[in-house]
Amino acid sequence: MQLSTRHLLGIKDLTPNDISLILSTAEQFKEVLQRPVKKVPSLRDVTIVNLFYENSTRTRFSFELAEKRLSADTINFAVSGSSAAKGETLLDTVNNILSMKVDMVVMRHSASGAPHFLSQHIPAAIINAGDGINEHPTQGLLDAFSMKEKFGKLEGLKVAIIGDIMHSRVAMSNIYLLTKMGAKVTVCGPPTLIPKYMRDAFGIEVSYNLKETLEWCDVANVLRIQLERQNQVLFSSLREYNLAYGVKKNLLDSLSKEITVMHPGPINRGVELDSDVADSKQSIILQQVENGVAVRMAVLYLLSERNPASN
Amino acid sequence: MLIFIKIFELKTILSEQQLAITIKRLAHQLLENHVNLENTVLIGLQPRGIFLSDRIVEEIKKETPADKVQYGKLDITFYRDDIRTELHKANHTDIPFSIENKKVVLIDDVLYTGRTIRAALDALLDFGRPEKVELCVLIDRRFSRQLPIQADYAGKSIDSIITQKVKVLWQSKDGRDEVVFVE
Repeated sequence: MQLSTRHLLGIKDLTPNDISLILSTAEQFKEVLQRPVKKVPSLRDVTIVNLFYENSTRTRFSFELAEKRLSADTINFAVSGSSAAKGETLLDTVNNILSMKVDMVVMRHSASGAPHFLSQHIPAAIINAGDGINEHPTQGLLDAFSMKEKFGKLEGLKVAIIGDIMHSRVAMSNIYLLTKMGAKVTVCGPPTLIPKYMRDAFGIEVSYNLKETLEWCDVANVLRIQLERQNQVLFSSLREYNLAYGVKKNLLDSLSKEITVMHPGPINRGVELDSDVADSKQSIILQQVENGVAVRMAVLYLLSERNPASN
Repeated sequence: MLIFIKIFELKTILSEQQLAITIKRLAHQLLENHVNLENTVLIGLQPRGIFLSDRIVEEIKKETPADKVQYGKLDITFYRDDIRTELHKANHTDIPFSIENKKVVLIDDVLYTGRTIRAALDALLDFGRPEKVELCVLIDRRFSRQLPIQADYAGKSIDSIITQKVKVLWQSKDGRDEVVFVE
């Protein structure tokens, strides 16, 4: 019983069995998190570095908590205040950290493929915590976990992914994962934010009509408009975006059924999601955050290095 | 050595009928020491101990009001000491009550090296501080212990050599009730 991969670089590399194993292990860790002592000794001989070359609140705290709940030793690295600011290369930084006997690397980087590059050059297990516009596998997994928790299964579930598909690593990980697990996916947003190849490349539906998409889906995973990744004008203004593609209370109320609303955070309130929706009963945004710790515990636990030689 | 081989040509340790009687006896012994199960909780160990604990609880409920029986299931995967050599699939833990100051009876099918029980004791303490912990097993493999742990209630004690495996088969899981040696 183990994963087919040594690293978690993206959902793209996982098999449906891997995904099921991670989700079922996460379920057991979720129970651990309800105990009086929310901690197990599984990784007490493992040291993990959290390398964050890009800003993060949820993901970094969530990984750090997951590591602590598994009794791992952790060190944190943020690019400001480190020698990376003095021009040290990524590989040098990581090799220096690893020479201090670190076993696993959790990394977020603004360059797509940075963890893949690293995985070819260092011996430690690497967990991608988001690389550029490529993938954010643990977010994909925790989204799937939350959907499975709410609906019982992923197979046949109708999921709409709404917003900035082009710049979203969350969208990529969600699409890979949901299609592998037999869910139906529609991406929805302004044509300028959805690459043309989406339908053919991933076998998913593309829609430019928000109301139709919401009427179709069971779950709407609303993505953040990534202001930091827009280097050209892809829509005229945030206000206009909100009018055309913002998920609003009256829009949800006009549907024939009650759908579930998700968001990977941080929310731009009043842009992609209105406050009254984000805070409503239909939203499971905070459950997603809670599940994130359990899912990351499962990933770390399953990837922590085995050493059969010490048998 | 010859005597050992003679004995273990018989592959069955407990037949279906003997198993049923043994389970009844274990249930009665538990009730004898824990009158009305006041302040006592029963915890079966995942994955295979729960088949025994399910049966014991079933027997106990014939003798005592069902609402008096506090019964949970504990998985010890994350507490194993061989986690670095082999990954095991985690099973569900379900302890829907506090064990603080309770008498806890751990229930497992086979007591062998004692390492599972060591892990179970560690896991248990993360749920609170029990007044007392006892161990009830169906099969006690004597002289195979690697840790100083012994059972308070044993269905049957057997002497076995290290290459032998004891397998407890359950109707609901394996299609029949029997305890056997697997060479």
